[in-house]
Amino acid sequence: MFNFARFTAIIRKEFIQMRRDRLTFAMMFGIPIIQLILFGFAINTDPKNLPVAVLAADNSPFARRFLHAMENSGYFTITEQITSEAEARRLLARGEVQFVVNIPADFSRRLVRGEHPAFLLQADATDPSAVSTAIQVINEIARTAFDRDLAGPLQNLTSRPGPAELRIHLEYNPDRITQYNIVPGLMGVVLTMTMVVITALAVTRERERGTMESLLATPAIPLEVMTGKIVPYIVVGFVQVTVILLAAKALFHVPMVGSLPLLYLAALCFIAATLAVGITISTLSRNQLQAMQMSFFFFLPSLLLSGFMFPFRGMPEWAQVIGEALPLTHFLRVLRGILLKGNGFLDIWPDLWPILVFGVVMMALGAMRYRRTLD
Amino acid sequence: MTNDRFAIDVEGITKTFGDKTVVNGLAMQVRRGEIYGFLGPNGSGKTTFLRLLCGLLKADAGSGTCLGFDILTESAAIKRRVGYMTQRFSLYDDLSIAENLRFVADIYELPEARKAVGETLRSLGLEGRGGQLAGELSGGWKQRLALAACLIHRPELLLLDEPTAGVDPKARRDFWEEIHRLAAEGLTVLVTTHYMDEAERCHRLAYIAYGTLLAKGTMNDVLASAGLTTWEVSGPELNELARILQGLPGIDQVTAFGSKIHISGRNESALDLALGPFRQAPQIWQKIPPGLEDAFIGLMQTANDNFSTEPAGNA
Repeated sequence: MFNFARFTAIIRKEFIQMRRDRLTFAMMFGIPIIQLILFGFAINTDPKNLPVAVLAADNSPFARRFLHAMENSGYFTITEQITSEAEARRLLARGEVQFVVNIPADFSRRLVRGEHPAFLLQADATDPSAVSTAIQVINEIARTAFDRDLAGPLQNLTSRPGPAELRIHLEYNPDRITQYNIVPGLMGVVLTMTMVVITALAVTRERERGTMESLLATPAIPLEVMTGKIVPYIVVGFVQVTVILLAAKALFHVPMVGSLPLLYLAALCFIAATLAVGITISTLSRNQLQAMQMSFFFFLPSLLLSGFMFPFRGMPEWAQVIGEALPLTHFLRVLRGILLKGNGFLDIWPDLWPILVFGVVMMALGAMRYRRTLD
Repeated sequence: MTNDRFAIDVEGITKTFGDKTVVNGLAMQVRRGEIYGFLGPNGSGKTTFLRLLCGLLKADAGSGTCLGFDILTESAAIKRRVGYMTQRFSLYDDLSIAENLRFVADIYELPEARKAVGETLRSLGLEGRGGQLAGELSGGWKQRLALAACLIHRPELLLLDEPTAGVDPKARRDFWEEIHRLAAEGLTVLVTTHYMDEAERCHRLAYIAYGTLLAKGTMNDVLASAGLTTWEVSGPELNELARILQGLPGIDQVTAFGSKIHISGRNESALDLALGPFRQAPQIWQKIPPGLEDAFIGLMQTANDNFSTEPAGNA
């Protein structure tokens, strides 16, 4: 029968070993911090201040007004004034500028005449996401920038509103700050990365060193050994969650609209599910290296297909099917839902139960495999 | 004979992994307070048998008792009364000596764990070194610590799986003295080993190869069951002689022992016939009682011959 004294003895032993193992300890706290810095500060899907070269054969107020408006939008910084198209091509090819604005010589004259002159924006669109927002913005600028100079007799050239007005409300993250999306997601990524690896290693190490055999020859039953190993890592998981929440608040000012106790409850479910993956991996691997490799085998699709890095709805259907089977996908929705949208329990339940089901299935699989570990 | 006399009383124990039979119909009786040596080549199923005894594995067939408890259904009770020392150092390198002992004491739910740890440290002569990491100990000390950890819950039966592998001769002798002292106090010990001198220090022996028990009993019983006749030869040009004799009909084994060679055969008259032409000066020939090692190598060859379908003689 399950014996609480033995269970606590195993927990105590795990904590001592955790404290002694500097590398694991560093991994538990280093990884969240490094990831926060890397992803939190580095990923920006809405880049600003993109370098622009201007090839202006026409130095009229109209052209200057347009260039000003570009710079004022914050998306563009004019870094070069150039004089030939060859130079423009060279700058784009070398990646020294993201855009070239080409204003032809008779631009203002034809504009005033109402000839609807064309001018050119060349973009280095190698990375579509780097230029997409900027291009939206510049379209709007081109439509309205000339209005202020088209006074008096030229007034009939000003832009006209369309037959209907579309109002856009950007909910939850109106300023489209990438961190608000990335940092809560990071919590799920960090937990997946560390929890799976640490448990997989802890159990495999015990078997590799032969201590598991002695442990099982004592009255300790497998359930005590497994739960005794899991509980310390749940504590570690909660510490990581807290570290990330504090950093999210202090460094990135991520709004926290929803209930934090609810978030911790969801985190508990997710941590348990990832720990179960670690246990299952440990029963499948012969040594710590294999455990590490298998952990990455689980981690990579989680990172790529969960909607952490790329929009989930942008993935092809088969990838979405795989993504739906991963607990991280659901946990990300839960996290962003609670923090940014203020979702309550009923709102997150559709994404909470898949995590629970996943955890239970993994636990069953691990327990089944675990019986045969000694054979 | 009542069950009380035997610490271990099992028969027909069989365990297969896949299509490989690792333990095949093994029967064994170990009396209480006895040191029972368990020998056999590597991979012969010794460790598996120990695991079956203490409930780490379930036997596919067979029945029996260990300390009076059914090995198939009462493994929990058995585990509480057995100390099992595995082949490899089984304590935690990254825990201190005292922490290791405390952990084992807690796992066995000792009521006065702290006291038990203190006593064990004292008996080891490790007072004041309890805070040292177990991984920093030398091989001999690790082995002593592992034994102490197995004994902390005062088991009735000690299972030792090659306990002295890689330990220096002095530590080995101390270890065996300790084992004899414990046996005198009534502890039953089942120990696997590859060392002949250790086998000779056991009260009884069993020899197992390919999962099958080939001989058991006292040392003399085992020697008798091997049924060997052995000649000892000393003198010059022994290597040359050994090379020629190797594989002659009637000669089962030729083994070098330093400046001597032992020549053994299962059939005395066939052996004498084969050796006839060679028994002359300058070597000195002498018929001796076979040693345990001769007997075991002989038993192993017998098993080999029975095991393989190929005709013997080319091995």
